Amino acid sequence: MFKRRTDLPLSQDTLGRFLPWLIAFMVFLSAIAVAGMLVLNDAVGRWDTGLNATVTVQIPPAATAKKDEERLGQVLSLLARRPGIERYEALSKDALVSLLKPWIGDGTDAKDLPIPMLIDVTVDRGRVLDVERLAAELAARVPGVTVDDHRLWLSQLVRLVTVIQILAWAVLLLIALATIGTVVFTTRTGLAVHRDAIEVLHLIGAQDAYIARQFAARALALGLKGGMLGLALALPTLAGIGYLALETGATLLPKPDLSPVYIAGFLALPVAVAMLAMMTARTTVMRNLKRMI
Amino acid sequence: MTDHDKPSIVRFENVGLRYGLGPEVLQDVTFDLEPGDFRFLLGESGAGKSSLLKLLYMALRPTRGQMTLFSKNVASTPRQELPAVRRRVGVVFQEFRLMDHLSAFDNVALPMRVAGVREAEVRRHVEELLSWVGLKDHLQSRPPTLSGGQQQRIAIARAVITRPKLLLADEPTGNVDDKMGLRLMHLFEELNKLGTTVIIATHNLSIVRQMAHPVMRLEAGRLNTNEQQIIQELGLDDPGRPSAEPPRRAGLVHLH
Repeated sequence: MFKRRTDLPLSQDTLGRFLPWLIAFMVFLSAIAVAGMLVLNDAVGRWDTGLNATVTVQIPPAATAKKDEERLGQVLSLLARRPGIERYEALSKDALVSLLKPWIGDGTDAKDLPIPMLIDVTVDRGRVLDVERLAAELAARVPGVTVDDHRLWLSQLVRLVTVIQILAWAVLLLIALATIGTVVFTTRTGLAVHRDAIEVLHLIGAQDAYIARQFAARALALGLKGGMLGLALALPTLAGIGYLALETGATLLPKPDLSPVYIAGFLALPVAVAMLAMMTARTTVMRNLKRMI
Repeated sequence: MTDHDKPSIVRFENVGLRYGLGPEVLQDVTFDLEPGDFRFLLGESGAGKSSLLKLLYMALRPTRGQMTLFSKNVASTPRQELPAVRRRVGVVFQEFRLMDHLSAFDNVALPMRVAGVREAEVRRHVEELLSWVGLKDHLQSRPPTLSGGQQQRIAIARAVITRPKLLLADEPTGNVDDKMGLRLMHLFEELNKLGTTVIIATHNLSIVRQMAHPVMRLEAGRLNTNEQQIIQELGLDDPGRPSAEPPRRAGLVHLH
């Protein structure tokens, strides 16, 4: 693979042998960072669709079931008149009890417990709903009623995820800079080692671009080799993390989605890193050769 | 037509060269070569022969004076234009400067590949030339596995493969026997007859005696172009040296 005649003995460079491993490490880290970003993007999208347009109204239990019914009726009638509300639905007693099961188990007859009533309210996305005002009006009519606006904690969560995503981009940027630095160092060393041969090429009429092409082709080949290696190491690692996330019931995270776009994105990683290495090598050679006669 | 209007391959006018802040190793070098000239460059070790050749093959730029190659002032030519000038110059380095990791074939092919010649043409020319210099059986041999003489022939083949307009050779017969030395000199003469200007730096006075070509001599960095004086001082007027044909010498030598 990548076997090609070159005028300079670049394949004999000791440093060149380490470059694929360094690039493999960079691609491995990039793949983990990209996967993390994609998962968080998906999660945010899912939370946004699922929770951004909903609020929950909670009515504390009254002394009697009849009183509960009255209070529920008052709240529902107010919600029905309120503009900006698309739909609302009071959770049944069975649904409420099933929500409590993880804490109280199957042994207890939860129906006898004083459980607050919950109403799922879907807000019309096209209109603005003043949740604080709604809460005040409801509390004025039915004392003790509270409104839980999911958008509040969701916006905090989205902010947190955005910070994490910025950090992931910063990591990618650092990886790119580290790759550039490594290739610059390796190329400069190559230029020093092969100075005599490069001078001969110049003296027989080689353009700088002719010499730079040889370094660039070498960097591309090593970059692809290292990139493929890094991706080959990253994929099982990601699969393992995904499996562990599912096994431990990390329900906030979406299930791994192997869409063609994601697959293409991951396959593009080694190519992108190899291209970066190639362009860096070419630029480094062109800049350094300008100092030669 | 004045001297400056004539087509020249090489023109040096009061050229000086120093390395860093050291003393001048070449001082006021002035000479002029036209297409088809052939010149031996003589001089003791350290007289400045290699420095003069380095100027000619553009490994160095003069620190003063005017130096033109192919009517181009290379002292002030932008470096991106130098490759085109260098492709018209063939060089046989004293220490050969072959690529040890390349085969004899690939070493000789280098100037053609650098110039972008098609591979089929490269193959044809390189095989023919290597065969001519007696290395037909060593096309794929690498220089370290060959003798000094064989390496020298590869270096010469590399220098002449593109049929340069100016051929520079630094001690080109230093590592070959007299028979091969003469054969190589005849190769240079053949190229010279086709119009290539040739400058050969050598210590080998025997070769100089046998070839009917003008000489010039570097003496402590200064170029002596008084041929009669050089011939007398070095005993080149030995009966063994064929007398140079007056028209050739008179017509081609333009030493100042």
